[in-house]
Amino acid sequence: MAAVKSTTDRGLLAPTDRRRASVRWSTRLSHGLLLAILAVAGLGPMLWLAKAAVTPTQDTLRNPMALWPGGIDLANLAEAWTRVEIDKYFFNTIALAAGSWAVQLLVAATGGYALAVLRPRLGRYLSGAILATLFVPSVVLLVPLYLTILDPPVLGTSMLNTFWAVWLPAGANAFNVLLMQRFFANLPREIFEAARVDGAGPYRLFWSIVLPMSRPVIGVVSVFAVIASWKDFLWPMLVLPDPALQPLSVRLPALQQFVELDVFLAALAISSLIPIALFLVFQRLFLSSAGLGGAVKG
Amino acid sequence: MTTTDTRLAGVTGDQAGPRTAARPGRPGSRLARARTGLHTLVFLAPMLVVFGVFSWVPIGRAVVMSFQRTNLVADPVFVGFANFEQVFADPLLWTAIQNTGYFALLALLFGYPIPLVAAILMSEVRKMRGLFSALAYLPVVVPPVVAVLLWRLFYDAGEDGVFNTILGWFGAAPVAWLQDADIVMPSLVLEATWAAAGGTVIIYLAALIGVDPSLYEAAEIDGAGVWRKLWHITLPQLRGVLLITFILQIIGTAQVFLEPFLFTDGGPANRTLTLLLLIYRYAFTNSLGGDYGAAAALSLMLAVVLAGFSMLYFRLTRHWSS
Repeated sequence: MAAVKSTTDRGLLAPTDRRRASVRWSTRLSHGLLLAILAVAGLGPMLWLAKAAVTPTQDTLRNPMALWPGGIDLANLAEAWTRVEIDKYFFNTIALAAGSWAVQLLVAATGGYALAVLRPRLGRYLSGAILATLFVPSVVLLVPLYLTILDPPVLGTSMLNTFWAVWLPAGANAFNVLLMQRFFANLPREIFEAARVDGAGPYRLFWSIVLPMSRPVIGVVSVFAVIASWKDFLWPMLVLPDPALQPLSVRLPALQQFVELDVFLAALAISSLIPIALFLVFQRLFLSSAGLGGAVKG
Repeated sequence: MTTTDTRLAGVTGDQAGPRTAARPGRPGSRLARARTGLHTLVFLAPMLVVFGVFSWVPIGRAVVMSFQRTNLVADPVFVGFANFEQVFADPLLWTAIQNTGYFALLALLFGYPIPLVAAILMSEVRKMRGLFSALAYLPVVVPPVVAVLLWRLFYDAGEDGVFNTILGWFGAAPVAWLQDADIVMPSLVLEATWAAAGGTVIIYLAALIGVDPSLYEAAEIDGAGVWRKLWHITLPQLRGVLLITFILQIIGTAQVFLEPFLFTDGGPANRTLTLLLLIYRYAFTNSLGGDYGAAAALSLMLAVVLAGFSMLYFRLTRHWSS
C-alpha cells in the first residue's frame, strides 16, 4: 500500500474547526439533512415497494402515498409465487447466476494461476490479449456473439434456449482473470518453491495452496459474478426466447401486461430480495469493491 | 491480505505481464519440460476456449461482418462499405446520436455534482458512516429491471401517480413524465442517476479518505479556512478520480439501453431512441430478418469511439496509481 498514511484520523475539518460552534452546527445540520435525503431516496422506493407488495391494487392506485394501506393482502406474495410462477423464474435466475459464477471462477482461477504462477513462455502476449478485450465495449459483441450462439463451432447444434448460452459467454470476463492473476502474482513465491521441493505438482499447488490463500479475491469475483448475472437483461432476453427458461429480469416486463398490479408489485419485491439480502450480509465486500464495478462495465 | 489491497491492485491495471521475481528453476530434461508445458496447457485450456469462442473470435467477426451482408439463410457476401453507407443514410441515426448525447449530458449534470457533494459531506461523518454508505449504495443493488418497472409506476401520468401525488401536496399540476416529449429524457436520466449514483459516491468517498491529512495541516498553518482547503486541496486531490468517473460515465451512458427500452421503447416520437436501441432494432426487430451487417457497422463505429475513452481511462488509472 501507499507509503504515506494518515497519522491522525482527520479529514477536511481540523480538530480546531470542529470546536467552533458555527462549524459544529453546520456540519450537524448538513449531516442530518443528508441522512434524511439518503433515507428518502435510497430506502424510500424500496419501502414503498414493500408496502405496495402487500396492499390491494385499488388502494395502491387510489392513494399511492398512504402510509398505512386500507387492507393488507399477504396473499399477493403467495399468488405471485405460485399462480404467476415467479418460483420458476426465480429458480431460473438462481441457476443462471450459479452457472455463470462457476464458469467465471473456473476460467479466472485456472487462467490466472497459469499466467501468474506457471508462467508459460508466451504468457505475456496471452495477458495482453486478455487485457485487450477490456477495451472492447460490450456492444460490439452483441450481434456476432448471438450468431455464435446460433451456430457454435464444433457443437453443430444451436445453443439458443439453453443456459449454456448465458453461462459460457459470462466466463470471458477479462477483469476477473486479471484480478486473479494479479492476486496470485503477489502471493509469496517462497511458499510455492517450498511446496515444489516437498513434491507438490502443479495441481496440488493450485488446489491446496493457491486457492486456500486466495479467499479475498475469490469473494470479490463471486459477488460480482452473482450480482452481474442477477442484473443482466439484454443478453438472456436474446438467447432465451422460451419463457419457461427466462430469468426474472427478462420475464418481469412481459408479466406486467397480464397480471394485476398488486401481484406484479409482489413479484418485483420478491425479485429484489436476494440481491438486497446479499448486500446486507456482505456489505463490507460490496462497498470496498464498489470502485471496481466501474471497470467491469467498460 | 485485505480486500482493499485487491481493490487497489485491480484499479491500477498495470503489471499485466509476468512480474519481477525470478523464474522458478525448471528441471533440465526435455521430457520434464514438455510435461510442465502440458500441465500449463491444462490450466490454460478453459480460458483459451472460452475467450477464443466467446470473445476473440466474435470481436474479429464483428469487424468482418460490418463489411458483409449476413443473414441466416445464405452465405455472407462482402459488400464493401455498403453497410456503413446504409447506416449513414438512415435519418434515425442522427436522432439516435442526438438523443444519446443528450442523455449523456443530462447524466453528467445530474450524476456528477450530487455524488461529489454527498461524498464530501459523508467524509466528515464520524459516527455511522457505514449507515450513510449503505443507504447511498442500496439502489445500486436493486436489479435494474425492477428499478425501471417500479419507476414506471412512479412516473404514472395520472393525478394519482406516485410522483404526481407528491407534486399535488405542493399544489403543482400533474406531469406527464414519460409522455411529454420534452420531459421524457430528464425522467429517464433521473431514474438512471438514482440507480447509479451510489457507486460513484463510494468511489469518491474512498478517494477522500485517502487524502493525506498533512496537506490539510500544512494549509491550516498557512491560515486556510474550510472553503479554501476544499478548493485548493480536496478538489485537486480528487482530480484523477473525477476524471476517471467522468470517462466511465461517458462509456456507460453511450451504451444506455435498459431505460429507453423498458420505459418508452424509444418513444414518444423517437425522443428516447438511443444508439444501442437502434443497433438492437437493426439486428433483432426487423420483420424481414435481422440486418446484422448494419448493426455490426454501427456497433463498430460506436466501439471505436468508446475504445478511445477506455484507453484514456487505462492510461489514467495506471498513471495515477503508480
